[in-house]
This record gives sequence, structure tokens and C-alpha cells, in this order.
Amino acid sequence: MNSSTSTTASNSHAVSLLIASKKGAFILRSNETRDQWELRGPFFLGHIIHHFVCDPRDKTLLVAAKTGHLGPTVFRSSDGGETWQEAAKPPAFAKAEEGQKGLVVDHVFWLTPGHASEPGVWYAGTSPQGLFRSADGGATWDSVDGFNENPMRSAWVGGLGDGTPDGPKMHSVLVDPRDARHMYIGMSGGGVFESVDQGQSWTPLNTGSIVTFLPDPNPEYGQDPHCVRLHPLAPDVLYQQNHCGIYRMDRREGRWIRIGDNMPQEVGDIGFPMVLHPRDPNTAWVFPMDGTQVWPRTSPDGKPAAYVTRDAGQSWQRLDRGLPASQAWFTVFRQAMTADECASVGIYFGTTCGEIWASTNEGEDWQCIARHLPHIYAVEAINFAL
Amino acid sequence: MKVTIPSPLLSYTNQQPQVDAEGKTIADLLENLNRQFPGIRFRMIDEQDAIRPHMRVFVNGEMVESLEVPLQPTDEIHLLQALSGG
Repeated sequence: MNSSTSTTASNSHAVSLLIASKKGAFILRSNETRDQWELRGPFFLGHIIHHFVCDPRDKTLLVAAKTGHLGPTVFRSSDGGETWQEAAKPPAFAKAEEGQKGLVVDHVFWLTPGHASEPGVWYAGTSPQGLFRSADGGATWDSVDGFNENPMRSAWVGGLGDGTPDGPKMHSVLVDPRDARHMYIGMSGGGVFESVDQGQSWTPLNTGSIVTFLPDPNPEYGQDPHCVRLHPLAPDVLYQQNHCGIYRMDRREGRWIRIGDNMPQEVGDIGFPMVLHPRDPNTAWVFPMDGTQVWPRTSPDGKPAAYVTRDAGQSWQRLDRGLPASQAWFTVFRQAMTADECASVGIYFGTTCGEIWASTNEGEDWQCIARHLPHIYAVEAINFAL
Repeated sequence: MKVTIPSPLLSYTNQQPQVDAEGKTIADLLENLNRQFPGIRFRMIDEQDAIRPHMRVFVNGEMVESLEVPLQPTDEIHLLQALSGG
């Protein structure tokens, strides 16, 4: 989830898309009517940027960067991307005791601004699965030992080979807007976990979320959520696009319900991203991928489409007008789909072949607003021009 | 002693390809470099004090793999990166 949530929405908003790619970061900004777009960048050309995020509290920008050879770090800008400062102390695990093998952060995968009541606080999720906190706007990062040093951590996350192909990840670091101490994390692999003490302790939250890759389809943990979202105006409503389906939970009930069962059978409910309407907790979008046989992870039958539910997952409608009608084989990653906060919500996604697609009418019509970019990892929307 | 900096790290040294640094060991030298050029060490050395994959440290033309290798003031250090990938 990105940026703040306004309760009075208008369509007269410039929007900026913060694009993280395999070869650098970009900003794509619109005019007030969102029908003209201008590209800024690249920033950090040649760096692998996994996430590029704006803090809604003070408009600070953070990027999670590494190269194919240099270690991972975080850069931040307080002037809209004109100048950048590297974190003096990037996220890093504790040094192991002599003779012990310690964990090494391969890359910072996810960045989340903290609670509105805690200016300057950020969280970072890493590969392999680690949680880090900054209290100074991203300048220095400390381990959240309640997770990283938890005696159960290795059991929760499995081995290094159990996650995604470029490394197991912690993602979807979510902070309850009602309570800075109430947090969720998602891990591929590991599942969804909840903390009510600001990360000092964690509890698995996976009941109802099945796995098809373990002998027991209902383990306490070990699931593979791809993207977990919390609705900002109804924080007890959680959604997730999982490796094994699309789910919704009312936290008061505490059980994931597989709302993906209501997707068309020929499309299925496998995918990476999931996006929520900024004001309506019953509306969400997904972008299904082919999860059959050897898992191509491209649009089913080469025909890309978003799907929207407006009734909390009881039914889904296909949204493909303007998208390629056939022979389109890109993938949309878990961080690469987002929504703005306009009255007619803009939906945006980036592809592995470097295109940005936009809809300014909630997915009804699509147009390509940028192409020839590098392989896109993440897209975040903010409701002002950078 | 003279230390040659690889191109991916020139942003830390104000584009200087060779810098002066001090240290009785490689570890000392890297700490000295990091004081001069904040952040440069962690891009080369991970939190377990291992040299990152693709980073190479040469002392007088000989590759070393330990940070505890002793150094002399006249030694010449090359920090290199074995670039690969696409």
C-alpha cells in the first residue's frame, strides 16, 4: 500500500509513478488529467532497484538498490530525486559468533513508511527474509530482532532454496493505521505473520491458506503469499494473492477465504500482484498468470487481463480493453501493480518487458504509457507530480 | 599505500581511480577507506566480514581471500570486480 489515503477524491490530480527496474529507477509523471505522461530518469542506471517508495508524511523518496556485484543499500532523497544520500548503515544481519554461519542480506526487497504517528520510521524487508527498521528516515537501519533473531525464524522461512528463484523474500510489511504496534509481514516462503508488539514477537496467520507444494496442505506456516494488502480505511480487511490462490480475510474471523475460487476456471487464480481500491474495501484487482504444469507465469493463453472484484471476491470481471488481444507473454511481478487515489481510480502495472500500462477508469480501458524500459520490478503511485 | 578502486565504486571516491589509505591489515585498510569514503566497505564486504562474490582483493598482484592478511606501507592494493551477467 502506498501513500496517504484521502477521503475526498478528485480526478484533477497529477500522478507520479515510481518505477523500480532491473537497470535503474524512473519517475513517470502525468498532467492533471492523467492523459499525458513524462518520463524522468534513469536514476541509478545499472543498479538493480527492487522498490522505489515515497513517504506520504514528508515526501522523502527511498530506493532499495544493489548491483549485480556490489552489496545492497538504500538511497534516499528529500528533494524529489534531485539529490540522493546513501544510508550510513544499510540493513544488515547481526554478525554471527565465531564458528557460526551468519545471514547475509542479498538485497533489500520491500520498503514501507511507518505509522503516521512515527515520522521518520521506515521498515525494510529483505532477501533472505529479514525485517529492519529505521527511525531516522532511512539513514540508519537496525535489525528487528523479534523476527531476525527469533528461534523459530529458520523453521518459519525454510531453506534458502525454498523461496523465489532470485532468493526468498520478506515483502508486504504492513502497519495497521490504527496502531503502530500492530503489523503484518508476508514471506515467500514462510507465509503471513502478525505482530501486536511492533515486531518483538510474531504469530503465523495462515489458517485457511493452503499449499500445494507440501505434503500437508494446511500447515501452520510455510505458505507462499506473493502479495498481501491491508485496506487503509478498513484495516481488519486483508487480501492476498498467494502462490496457491487469491484470499481475503476479515481479521476478526482470522481465517483466509479463497475468493479465487470464484475466478473463471480457465484463467485460474494464480498471479503475483494484488491492488486494493483506496476507499472501497470490497474492490480489488489482480493480474492472473498461468500457473499450470511448469508454471509459465505469463498471462493465460498469452492474453493479458486484469480482473476486478467489487463484492469482496464473490465475483470477478475481466478487464482487457486496450490490452494486447493475443501473443503477449510478459509477466507482472508482485510489486509492479498499483492504484492512485483519484475519484476514478487509476490502475497501473509494469511488465517484465519494460512497458507501463495505465487505466484511468478503474481498469475498464488500458493504454501503454511507457515502453522500452528495463525489466520492471515495482511500480508505486503517488498523487502529486515529482 | 596506493589503492586502486574499481569503476563501480568510483562514485564513493569522487571518481578518483586511485586513492591513499592506511592499515596494518586488509581489514584495517577497508575501515580506513570507509572513514574516507563512507559506505564503500559494505558494498564490498558483507556483514559476516566475507568478501562479496565478484569482489577481488590483490596485494602486490597476489589475490588474497582473508581480511587478516598483513600489509606493509609500501604495498600496492588493487580492488577489482569480476563483472558478469546481462
